[in-house]
Amino acid sequence: MEAIILQVLNGLDKGSAYALIALGLTLIFGTLGVVNFAHGALFMIGAFCAVTLSRIISLSHEVVDETQTDFLGNPLKVDVPYVYDWFGQATGDAIIDWAVPLSIIFAIPVMVSIGVLMERGLIKHFYKRPHADQILVTFGLAIVLQEIIKYYYGANPIPTPAPSAFKGSFDFGAMMGFDPNVIIYPYWRIIYFGFAAVIIGAVFAFLQFTTFGMVVRAGMADRETVQLLGINIDRRFTLMFGIAAAVAGLAGVMYTPINSPNYHMGMDFLVLSFVVVVVGGMGSLPGAVAAGFLLGILESFASMREVLDVLPGLNQIIIYLVAIIILLTRPRGLMGRKGVMED
Amino acid sequence: MGILDVKGVGKRFGGLQALGDVNLSVAENSVHAIIGPNGAGKSTLLNCLVGKLIPDTGSVMFDGQSVLGRKPYEINQMGISRVFQTPEIFGDLTVMENMLIPCFAKRDGAFTPNAFAAMRKDGEMFDRASHMLEEMNMADKRHMHAASLSRGDKRRLEIGMCLSQEPRLLLLDEPTAGMARADTNNTIDLLKQIKDDRDITIAIIEHDMHVVFSLAERITVLAQGTPLVEDTPDKIKGHPKVREAYLGESQDAA
Amino acid sequence: MFGLEAKDFRLLLLVTLLTMAAPFILNPFPVDSGMAQFNAGYPDLMQRFVIFGIFAIGFNILFGLTGYLSFGHAAFLGVGSYAAMWMMKLLTMNVIPGIVVSVIVAGIFSLAVGWISLRRSGIYFSILTLAFAQMSYSLAYSVLTPITGGETGLQPKVTDPRILDAALTGNAPKANLFGLEMGSSTELAMGGWVFTFNVGYYVAAVVMIFAFYMSIRIFRSPFGMMLRAVKSNQQRLNYTGLNAKPYTLAAFVISGMYAGLAGGLMVAMDTQVGAERMFWTASGEVVLMSILGGVGTLIGPVLGAGAIKYMENILSKINKDILYEWFAFMPDGLQDFVITLVYPFIGKGWHLTLGLIFMAVVIFLPGGLVEGGQRVAALFKRKKPSDNTPDGKTTPAE
Ligand SMILES: Nc1ncnc2c1ncn2[C@@H]1O[C@H](COP(=O)(O)OP(=O)(O)OP(=O)(O)O)[C@@H](O)[C@H]1O
Ligand SMILES: [Mg+2]
Repeated sequence: MEAIILQVLNGLDKGSAYALIALGLTLIFGTLGVVNFAHGALFMIGAFCAVTLSRIISLSHEVVDETQTDFLGNPLKVDVPYVYDWFGQATGDAIIDWAVPLSIIFAIPVMVSIGVLMERGLIKHFYKRPHADQILVTFGLAIVLQEIIKYYYGANPIPTPAPSAFKGSFDFGAMMGFDPNVIIYPYWRIIYFGFAAVIIGAVFAFLQFTTFGMVVRAGMADRETVQLLGINIDRRFTLMFGIAAAVAGLAGVMYTPINSPNYHMGMDFLVLSFVVVVVGGMGSLPGAVAAGFLLGILESFASMREVLDVLPGLNQIIIYLVAIIILLTRPRGLMGRKGVMED
Repeated sequence: MGILDVKGVGKRFGGLQALGDVNLSVAENSVHAIIGPNGAGKSTLLNCLVGKLIPDTGSVMFDGQSVLGRKPYEINQMGISRVFQTPEIFGDLTVMENMLIPCFAKRDGAFTPNAFAAMRKDGEMFDRASHMLEEMNMADKRHMHAASLSRGDKRRLEIGMCLSQEPRLLLLDEPTAGMARADTNNTIDLLKQIKDDRDITIAIIEHDMHVVFSLAERITVLAQGTPLVEDTPDKIKGHPKVREAYLGESQDAA
Repeated sequence: MFGLEAKDFRLLLLVTLLTMAAPFILNPFPVDSGMAQFNAGYPDLMQRFVIFGIFAIGFNILFGLTGYLSFGHAAFLGVGSYAAMWMMKLLTMNVIPGIVVSVIVAGIFSLAVGWISLRRSGIYFSILTLAFAQMSYSLAYSVLTPITGGETGLQPKVTDPRILDAALTGNAPKANLFGLEMGSSTELAMGGWVFTFNVGYYVAAVVMIFAFYMSIRIFRSPFGMMLRAVKSNQQRLNYTGLNAKPYTLAAFVISGMYAGLAGGLMVAMDTQVGAERMFWTASGEVVLMSILGGVGTLIGPVLGAGAIKYMENILSKINKDILYEWFAFMPDGLQDFVITLVYPFIGKGWHLTLGLIFMAVVIFLPGGLVEGGQRVAALFKRKKPSDNTPDGKTTPAE
């Protein structure tokens, strides 16, 4: 029992990331009909938003501290972050400590602009081209984006810690009445899962309950009719691209404490998220979310020692295996609509 | 017993009964027209004949053999060729290649792994394809990309491609839809000539009554998925049931 | 000649001449000159040109003709490599059995993968091939370590059985063709120039010319026409009495065999293999090569492979010092400025250049370098309009 709970919990954070990326991919695919291979790059850029912000807020200037001397006996030069000057040391420290959560505020406008820019500048011209061309051009874009990041941030992973309040773990087992130390779970992962749940909820609520969302959903189902009603669906779709980019970006921001960001994390996640989307069913938002969590949890079960003893290597291939089986038995994925991408 | 016998065919799409209980017999070497208002189920019926759809009930026999459960290419190899409502040709290939493909399909069957055969040395195939292009009056366009042809030419090409397979039954789904009068008359002449020149059975779906009455020997009227009447053109013309089904639906019938 | 049209035969002849003379053509700069780093005529790189050329030619038979975009072809290349390596370990260091077996094994493997993946089309097909390839990669890394050597990969060892070879006397085993070592080269010094003729390169080059010849035959056969028909309108094909599935499967297997051949040759040239050559980015690379050169054209994939391998090996070696040397004639401020502008695109940043070029090709030049060449050629002979269309994607031009 403990083991099962533990694996479910372990699967949740990866599943959350899959679900968020797949959700964004599906939003783009469902609204614009575009297969976006650059979506992983958006996730990666989100992560680097967090890196950038934490660098910006720790920007500092040198101050000569007369009270201290260095080993040569000269007055010591210390770096003082600008935030100390502006907010005082205590608040300044807190701000630096909370860089990652603060990046959310920073990342939203950045990601939405990148998304809108991408749609207007590039994707727009590919609506009428074959899906293979869309895949290829966005694949090229993904390479370009990741190389730009690599140029400015280097090739090594950049550790970006969570606020110190969330370091450490939480004894989930003890709370549930099991033995202590059996199910321990890092705080940040709980936060990540909660965050993902909030974002997913927000996207669904947005689509479900706002007029904007209703128009977009109608447009997803039948673009022509909505256009005939005199509604400018294109503008809304552009904005949806921005929102999808923001969803991917936020997933990236919050993922930084779990895995130090590097320039190729987008590509690493991209392949898996495409598998997730296809398993969920191209164009189905609930499908994408469900498949994301399902595959994340399955992956963590497959990594249990008991399983690996019987089926060695299963953890490495489980996602692909499930994808192949689902694609062959349920061509439209778990919740896919009929006729999507079947030309 | 005709060359094509459709018995009790029904097809349902969700809540919509697209075909009810269709019985139809097409006599060998005749021209049989199927008419009916939009959404009557005419294209659906053709889809059931060529293996695109599998009917829920009933049977389809072609020359004494059942068609049901066979793949489209198998049905075609039995001798049924179909011209689609919107032209289906190989747009990226040249007109000549478009014509060569059915010739190869006729001679070599559904699959031949002739990956190293030099096609240009296959004079027999080129002769046959050229001949067909001439018959279709398209010889001068042989090097053009099929996608760049006019709508009328695409249709002619598609008809030519089907004919070059020497089918025993040719199915035409609104071959003159969207054509100008002159093109329509050309098509009528072409189809008449085809009929006179060879042993072929033609089943044609058409809204244009001028075309129907110029060609058809028998007419089946389909409405809401069921055949209303089947008779000769003369009888159909004045038939009260047909007027009832058509009036207000289509000016051509009036 | 050889059952080819005059135009195709000329192309084959040209390719043959160019590959045979490659050690000269690729080394146009004297060894001591500043431009010597642009010389690509060293064995290692020349071998890569032709091997990836083979890989791309084969990929193009699938993607270029049928339009099925596989994202997993590196798996067949990897399987071919492992098969060849085992031949070297078990039978002989002669490369022939290895190369033959690599083609066969890759063919069988691609038959299995293709048979399943081709049940779906479009992006579903791409994802299926990707999934199979990633599975192969992961398994090669982990569970299959006894066969693949896992993370360390495989190399021939002195102690391997090699039942056809006489016992090795402590020498490191070297790949050879009936005694002729793949690694051996003769150098020819002429004035300031040095040209290297490498046995391995010429073996690989001959194989590539043969592979290219086969691909011309396939393109010009009725079978090739059917493959293009699959891409153009599969529905029409089915209703014309042709069964598209065996055609696409045959194309898949042929291209898988080409990939296996490339993998076998890699092992013949450089006797080692690791799982990373099956990673999906390696599959992505062959996609880039075909598109860049001109997908669906005969020579395009070879050009694309050459262009990418040249960038990877030459462009990537240019560093800041070299740039300072080049732009030394400029005034200091301008020099720094120009170098700051150029630097991100070269050296380690060559991928950025590749990505940008690739995007530009997809957006503006769907026919790739071949279409670009045709357009330039058309500019020069405006007066004589040629009768074949400039659209390299649809007619299999040279
Ligand atoms: N694949 C399908 N799925 C669901 N409904 C379908 C499908 N194909 C046809 N229908 C419906 O079945 C009915 C009959 O369609 P069909 O195309 O056979 O009509 P038709 O007689 O050919 O009309 P038209 O003259 O306009 O071509 C229509 O209401 C159509 O919407
Ligand atoms: Mg119809």
